[in-house]
Amino acid sequence: MSIEAAIGKLRDELALFDDPLEKYEYIIELGHELPPLSDQYKTDIYRVHGCLSSVWLHPYEKEGKLYFEADTDALIVRGLVWMLIAIYSGCSAEEILATDRKVLRQLGLDEIITAGRQNGVAAMLGRIYGYAKEVVGEV
Amino acid sequence: MNREDFPIFAHSEMVYLDSAATTQKPQRVIDAELEYYTRYCANTHRSSHGLGNRATQEYEAAREKVAAFIGAEAEEVVFTRGTTESINLVASSFVRRRYAKVIVSELEHHSNIVPWQLAGAELVVIPATASLEPDMEAYGRMVRENAGGFVAITHVCNVFGIVYPLKQMIETAHESGCTVLIDGAQAVAHMALDMKALDADFYAFSAHKMYGPTGVGVLYGKRALLEAMAPYQGGGTMIEKVTFAQSSFLPPPHRFEAGTQSIAQAIALGAAADYLRGIGFDAIRENDHELLNYANTQLQPIEGIICYTDSSHVAGNLSFNVEGVHHSDIGTLLDKQNVMLRTGHHCAMPMMQKLGIAGTVRLSFGIYNERSDIDRAIHALKRSLEILR
Repeated sequence: MSIEAAIGKLRDELALFDDPLEKYEYIIELGHELPPLSDQYKTDIYRVHGCLSSVWLHPYEKEGKLYFEADTDALIVRGLVWMLIAIYSGCSAEEILATDRKVLRQLGLDEIITAGRQNGVAAMLGRIYGYAKEVVGEV
Repeated sequence: MNREDFPIFAHSEMVYLDSAATTQKPQRVIDAELEYYTRYCANTHRSSHGLGNRATQEYEAAREKVAAFIGAEAEEVVFTRGTTESINLVASSFVRRRYAKVIVSELEHHSNIVPWQLAGAELVVIPATASLEPDMEAYGRMVRENAGGFVAITHVCNVFGIVYPLKQMIETAHESGCTVLIDGAQAVAHMALDMKALDADFYAFSAHKMYGPTGVGVLYGKRALLEAMAPYQGGGTMIEKVTFAQSSFLPPPHRFEAGTQSIAQAIALGAAADYLRGIGFDAIRENDHELLNYANTQLQPIEGIICYTDSSHVAGNLSFNVEGVHHSDIGTLLDKQNVMLRTGHHCAMPMMQKLGIAGTVRLSFGIYNERSDIDRAIHALKRSLEILR
């Protein structure tokens, strides 16, 4: 699935909820699907910092595609992390870099789109794009 | 109390429990700022036309209002951008090159840690007791060992609301010839200040935490100390005479106010000071205590609740956690239920490290808060916990 199609699918799912609490319950449920991250990656090297929670992100490349594994200590952030992985993992670096991250705004989730240091999710997004740049040799 | 003075509540059903981050603004503070822009907008201390004179008079009148509010002389009140800049000013113009060490407490926020580090000082840290109060025995020893040194401590801790025994701490410091700066950011909206009685050498606070505007704050300094200090920034209006060879500077407070200041905001800060004096700190303290006690009583029965303080030496805010639940999850779900408060490390990482926690959920109160706000917050908290565990 293309990045935009994955975002569109999530957007449509989230749009089903009128009650914001129910929407976040759903996001927490999504987080339960996040595969465990091996302890060897829960180190400072893999940590992306947020003021409120920390995310450990292990990016790797396999056969021309980028994959992401992650873990975090908060339930809602875990759901958001699952979403970013569902959107970006398995795509090529070129595909990622060709997608303006502003398209994530259609998800309507403050926690992803608020540019800032609060929750680690925005920092994770920055790391995903940063890794894609490293892979294509832009940095 | 006084909720109707704050227009934001006429437009929103939210529960605002984040006054320690910033307070809402009463109409008369907003009006004071607006009046400058709509009636007499001009630069101060330079343009000698009618409008400029009016602006200068209002700006200096604001300084007098603030001085009266804290029991100081107008010449001892320097307008800055806020607490952080006030502390940086002292770090840069007074502490740097004078002191190798600065004594701070374990419960400081970053604004009372990092500026001293940037000024090249080594920090000597007063430990906190189990009840999160400064260990007075250790403190006494530290100031004696660092006689003639510099002490920088908070008045009210921004995470737990603990009120420091300042009178005693300042006396102890002075007995050893130490100079003391107090970070009053979290105190100024909650208790009457009297610089003469307190005898602090420097006292820093922000307007926006006392129902005033953002972008302006105060450094109080004893006159002799301010006079001994070099300028912080150079520029217009802080000079006496400038040549290419050298410049001489105005006396304090103008020596520390280079360039065009936050004129409208300083004037509105004067209005905020008058507003608080009008209400009176007896009424404010009573409301504060009632809300703190009520919040504590309502939190205690919640399963797994972890509170860090009792409400006896506390002003304005309290922090908690719930066992097995991440503070940021609580904050997000409260937000979705229209309850605004802050979670996280509250810019006080060393304090969190001491307690071995990543953060807390903090309730902080303003004069507009009522018991019903706490009821709604507790209801939303219980609903959040049903989802989270």
